Amino acid sequence: MNKDRAIQIGFTGIASSSILVVGLIFLFLFKEAVPFVKQPGLTALLDSRWIPVSFQLERFGILPLAAGTLLVTGIAMLVSVPLSALAAVYIAEVAHPLEREILKPFIELLASIPSVVLGFFGLVVLAPLIKQLFGLNSGLNAFTGGLLLALMAIPTIVSVSEDAINSVPTSFRNGSMALGASRMQTIWRVVVPAALPGILGAVMLGTGRVIGETMAVLMVTGNAALITSNPLSPVRTMTASIAAEMGEVPFGSIHYQALFWVGIILLLITFGLNFVARRVSVRYGMMR
Amino acid sequence: MNRQLKETITIQLLRFTTYAIVCVVGYILLDIIRHGLPVLNWAFLSEMPRRGGSEGGILPAIVGTLYLTLGTVAIALPVGIGTAIYLSEYAAPGRLTETIRLAITTLAGVPSIVFGLFGLGLFVLFCQFGPSLLAGSLTLACMVLPIIIVTSEESLRAVPQAFREASLALGATKWQAIRTAVLPYSLAGIITGAILGIGRAAGETAPILLTVAAFFLPRLPASIFDQVMALPYHLYILATQHPDTTKVLPLQYGTALALLTMVLGLSLGAILVRVHFRRKYQW
Repeated sequence: MNKDRAIQIGFTGIASSSILVVGLIFLFLFKEAVPFVKQPGLTALLDSRWIPVSFQLERFGILPLAAGTLLVTGIAMLVSVPLSALAAVYIAEVAHPLEREILKPFIELLASIPSVVLGFFGLVVLAPLIKQLFGLNSGLNAFTGGLLLALMAIPTIVSVSEDAINSVPTSFRNGSMALGASRMQTIWRVVVPAALPGILGAVMLGTGRVIGETMAVLMVTGNAALITSNPLSPVRTMTASIAAEMGEVPFGSIHYQALFWVGIILLLITFGLNFVARRVSVRYGMMR
Repeated sequence: MNRQLKETITIQLLRFTTYAIVCVVGYILLDIIRHGLPVLNWAFLSEMPRRGGSEGGILPAIVGTLYLTLGTVAIALPVGIGTAIYLSEYAAPGRLTETIRLAITTLAGVPSIVFGLFGLGLFVLFCQFGPSLLAGSLTLACMVLPIIIVTSEESLRAVPQAFREASLALGATKWQAIRTAVLPYSLAGIITGAILGIGRAAGETAPILLTVAAFFLPRLPASIFDQVMALPYHLYILATQHPDTTKVLPLQYGTALALLTMVLGLSLGAILVRVHFRRKYQW
């Protein structure tokens, strides 16, 4: 009996290691970032320019990076949300059962393509295409990055939305049909509204994935830290800055600490998105 | 009639959208296979790279990725299974369980580059492992932990309650019941989770960027404190950092295809394992 108790305590300990890892992530990000607060102070992060290496004045404004992330994410969501929602409705409500068994795994396959491979595809196929299409000097810009990121968000949004649509009780559909509604009326006025919280959760999960994506944006967005709303201008995202600059900065320097702050902000944004998405899905009974 | 037409058009629009996505996925795969296949021969897979990666093969990158993923699973699997067993068999609803679940969702959403920063801060610098296989595996293990936990827990829960009850009724202790009547039947899900974890670890670049990956290192790693080359990082380097990227384009495609085959092969393997066991056990 005592041995059983010990085993239970052991498993509780192992299970708590996830909490430990999350704690350590926050701890070590802050540990590396914190000296920045004294010198040059947190307000330096609100500067409007990001010039980490300079002979005159180094500037560590995160705003251009945040603007880059915002622009690329906006484009990606604008493209992926409508496409994914329509595809999810098709797979859940219209497709033949056998068709569904094939379509869903195939679209989910997209999620398992490594981001560096997608980035490579973007670099050698998509960017030249965009360059030609818009007559630009370079195809490496926010639009190309947004399109690639849309590809990464689509499987997440389709898959989770499809689950949400599926979990709408059949009695809703039957009731609607019995009242004389057509198939499409049932889908758009009954099923989709009922699944909407789940679809919103899916969009939030997709957004989290897009904001945190690193390699593809690093390879195709052109990496110029500008504040712009022009989709055809090169931008630099928060993730790409960390990946591109961390390899070259001296450990412990102000630049190094600033990059950790970028990481902290990313962590907080994705944490917030996931927290809300989880709340939504727990509330609507899609997750245990 | 008008309504009927509208109905048909909507259905066709939905179908068109779905198949457009399918076509894009297909085109990406085909493009990489078409250009990568001519490069992918035995010499390419088994030779050392030469002249900074401009010639030769990708052997050290393949071996590096293999070691990294094995290290990752060796670390993440015991912790992942243990957590899954706790959540499915022991956890009572309450604050601790809720916090553990929140931690797992949080981990699943942490951007990969943030894992890189974390690994750099904790394993490379604080634990003084330096950029090494060990630091990289530990970082990747933290990243794949949620995948392994979620799939393992699902499969543990899928084992019918009657199995546990029968075992307990025969006088088994709780742990004996779990070990003999639950775990063996959830093996499929656990293996699936492990494979998915390996696939994810093999394809990630951002976490290893800061914790293990070597730019160009034409020899095989000798210890867990060695830096290694890795397939995804090698592709990134060839595609963006090489002085003559157009000249090494075939090598890029070859590397991309090798990586893609490895990762998609693992995903396919996971699906097959699931199908096989679903046929074997039916309740």
